[in-house]
Amino acid sequence: MTTPLLELKDVAVRFGPQEVLRGVSLAIEPGQTVAFIGESGCGKTCLLKLIVGLLKPTEGDVLFEGKSLRAMGERELTAMRLRVGFLFQGAALFDSLTVFDNVAFGLKAKGGMAAAAIRERVTERLREVGLPEGVEAKMPGELSGGMKKRVGLARALALDPAVMLYDEPTTGLDPVMTDVINGLILQTRAKRPVTSVIVTHEMRTVRDVADRVVMFHPLARLEPNEPQVVFDGRPTALAAAPDPRVRQFVEGRAASAERGAEKHRQTFDS
Amino acid sequence: MAAAPAAPIGIASVAADALVALGDWTAFSLRAVRGVFSRNLLVAEFVRLCLTVGLGSVGVIAITGAFIGMVLAVQSYGQLHQIGLETSLGGLIHMSVVRELGPVLAAIMLAGRVGSAMAAELGTMRVTEQLDALTCLGVDPVRHLVAPRFLACVLMIPLLTILADIMGLAGSTFVCLRIYGIDPHHYWEHTRAFVGMWDVFVGLTKSVLFGGVIALVACHRGFHGEAGAQGVGRAATQAFVVSFIAILAMDFVFGLVANSVHDMIWPPNGARPA
Repeated sequence: MTTPLLELKDVAVRFGPQEVLRGVSLAIEPGQTVAFIGESGCGKTCLLKLIVGLLKPTEGDVLFEGKSLRAMGERELTAMRLRVGFLFQGAALFDSLTVFDNVAFGLKAKGGMAAAAIRERVTERLREVGLPEGVEAKMPGELSGGMKKRVGLARALALDPAVMLYDEPTTGLDPVMTDVINGLILQTRAKRPVTSVIVTHEMRTVRDVADRVVMFHPLARLEPNEPQVVFDGRPTALAAAPDPRVRQFVEGRAASAERGAEKHRQTFDS
Repeated sequence: MAAAPAAPIGIASVAADALVALGDWTAFSLRAVRGVFSRNLLVAEFVRLCLTVGLGSVGVIAITGAFIGMVLAVQSYGQLHQIGLETSLGGLIHMSVVRELGPVLAAIMLAGRVGSAMAAELGTMRVTEQLDALTCLGVDPVRHLVAPRFLACVLMIPLLTILADIMGLAGSTFVCLRIYGIDPHHYWEHTRAFVGMWDVFVGLTKSVLFGGVIALVACHRGFHGEAGAQGVGRAATQAFVVSFIAILAMDFVFGLVANSVHDMIWPPNGARPA
């Protein structure tokens, strides 16, 4: 039996009195592309931040290649983070740096690479994400939303990560750009043996890109002993999921509509 | 009856929160100060910050310094003139400017102009997840962002204090000699008798302390601000208010300590250093 690349063991996260995650256990195998879905506020982004050690769980443990993040020192945590690429929701490009310096940032900080090699790697990654020549000298403020996401992806890929974390990669983009970003995620996976975790609301991204879907439900609307993970399986199984909350989310219907449909079915059956 | 214990519990809770915040700020500050000695300190970024903190504050500190000196001269002249001691104005004003007003004025201007901007800049970086992005790229944001800001403030504030001192002295001298026609010889004699190198040293030493605290308070507020535009605004305001209170409190404590040290080195009956 192989050790999972990423593992969450009975994880809980609380911010003061607010409970965001409770009893979440998950194992992600190398090479998997997992999509985390669920309503806003159910703790999906929190999970990504737990994986990379930006947040510490209030309870439970997070393991990277079988080693607990709690047991890692600052140096080990940094080494682990350099193996993880993170595409942030708003791209999180450094405002004061050019596109080139943004993409080269991790390479320069890590050290041990000649300036010419850094230039070559940056140019290669920018070309890989489909950005035109000449974009290197631009400042983030001069870029469109889609271009920012591409630069963010190029920056995350610059260090050749073993794991890619995508936080709502297509949110706020038009349908064409959504397709382009989905294509880039697929291309990234095809070019290198990368394990991916994608937080998304976009069902098209889930269908096109993921080979496993995990759906979370907000704790505020769960009974005390109900599990927070309401679905864990293949994307093709989503439509036939027995849980009405899963179908509701997949079909994009509000809870009242679901209740109405249920009532209508009951009336019709009787 | 049941409400009676609420007040002590409330006070205890506020005191506990304040202690936790102070501990958090101390740990944050130690990390930043350690970062100053890191090999990864970016020279270009540090030079840019020195120019922003130092050169950018020259105008405002020169103007306020000159006016403070002039106001002090106007206010003091009326009282000393009545008892025929107007020639003592040189010693009185220059001592106040060099030991108190110069350093405090430069620090307050720095807290308002630079500290708030730092808190807002770092607060925005936090809200837009740029601080998290730094961590993910293997860089400690405290060392990368706070250490150069701390160093720039600590190095620039003594120079700004010297500027505030010179402008304060120039302003007060202009009012005393040109407007009130005080005899220059006696005016400068009193200055020489009252103001020594020790006073300049005390003023500059405490300005370094003020500069360090302004940078660390502002950066800490920026790093721990709340989400949204309102959170960034609040971080900037808190940075100024906390720095302002800290400057005045430190000024008081530093004044007591400096006087005790002075009396230890040069006992009150002994000769005053030149």
